Amino acid sequence: MCVATAGKVIEVRDDATALVDFDGNRVSAMTGLVKVSEGDYVLVHAGCVIQVLDEAEATSLNDLMREIEGL
Amino acid sequence: MPIDFNEIKEYLKEYDGPAMTLMEVCGSHTAAIAKYGIKAMLSDKIRLVSGPGCPVCVTPTAYVDRLIELALKENTRVVTFGDMIRVPGSSRSLGEARGDGAKVSMVYSPADTLKLAAKDPDTTFVFAAVGFETTTPAYALMLERMEKENIKNVQLLTALKTMPAVIDWLLGGGADIDGFIAPGHVSVITGSSAFIPAAEKYGLPFCVSGFRGEEILAAIYGLVKSRGQGRVLNFYPSAVTSVGSAEARNIVGRYFRPAAAAWRGLGEVPGSGLLLKDEYSEWDAGSAGLTEDVKKNSLCRCGEILSGKADPSDCPLFGKTCTPGKPMGACMVSQEGSCYHSYLNRVSDSEDSGDKR
Repeated sequence: MCVATAGKVIEVRDDATALVDFDGNRVSAMTGLVKVSEGDYVLVHAGCVIQVLDEAEATSLNDLMREIEGL
Repeated sequence: MPIDFNEIKEYLKEYDGPAMTLMEVCGSHTAAIAKYGIKAMLSDKIRLVSGPGCPVCVTPTAYVDRLIELALKENTRVVTFGDMIRVPGSSRSLGEARGDGAKVSMVYSPADTLKLAAKDPDTTFVFAAVGFETTTPAYALMLERMEKENIKNVQLLTALKTMPAVIDWLLGGGADIDGFIAPGHVSVITGSSAFIPAAEKYGLPFCVSGFRGEEILAAIYGLVKSRGQGRVLNFYPSAVTSVGSAEARNIVGRYFRPAAAAWRGLGEVPGSGLLLKDEYSEWDAGSAGLTEDVKKNSLCRCGEILSGKADPSDCPLFGKTCTPGKPMGACMVSQEGSCYHSYLNRVSDSEDSGDKR
């Protein structure tokens, strides 16, 4: 029930759903929790978009490690 | 100083410090750890155990029995995610009850239930609403639509769980854990800050992780480096913030209230679940009080495995009378289950060694 990978929004529809592509496998997902736009990469869980991925926050390993080394 | 990923791998393989047991509490992490062979990449001093993070695995038998009862009832059909079909109840699974006429449909999204219900207004469709913080918002959105469109022939049988409460309960009960790989998608909703109270109370690190192999290894490295420190690291910042999704929590709070929940093999844990609020009881198919948890086989050690006290291979049934084809406990049923993955890995390990001979 949990899809760990991100899908790409292909189409935003009027009925509070969006068509999301997972490597060619397209599913309809509810969009009531987050605002999505075409082209967004999103996490879908149990048929519901739970998050739009923030590419700016796709931090490098080094940024993460700084958090640890800074102790 | 920049850190190379290979250095992390080498560090974790060569680690010779104090022994550490790290627990992951997300079924998708369990599956990813198996898929990428993470355990084989770690020093013997770092032990990974799977906690109660697979929603199907923690559902008590009374819940399965109630689903079967409903599916056999006249003009009633149970709708569920696929995994739930094979989970043993006190005497049989939902799938086995189909032979006696249990009416069951499988769906990918709970919202599909509304489509089924619109086509067949004389049948009551009961959705098997299991899940953690990540899944509950989908049920709340479904309820919002039911309220708006005045849909009367859909109900939920809930077994909804919340993660921070059960983690606190495990640690308070003396579970010997030195750090948690915090669940990536639960954290999307709760925010990484939801784990700060437990981290500080028990002086343990939590690291929120994504689901790729290198993300999980980085999280393990973060935990090992933070041994003995009550802090929360967020190594999944593209999806997880400190505060999480207020929208999701608000809509969940509109329909559900906190309650005690029964966990398979563990018992009743105060404040670790959600039930529909009283004003929405017409949509509840009898979810309260489903606490009974009967072992299909008295030797089953699911409870100890889910709390990190035993490994799947410690169970006398594992791989003998309990296999994915004929599971005795829920940990062997689900594709997010600890025993299921240990079993598949064991099979592939023995095939590998067979090749070498």
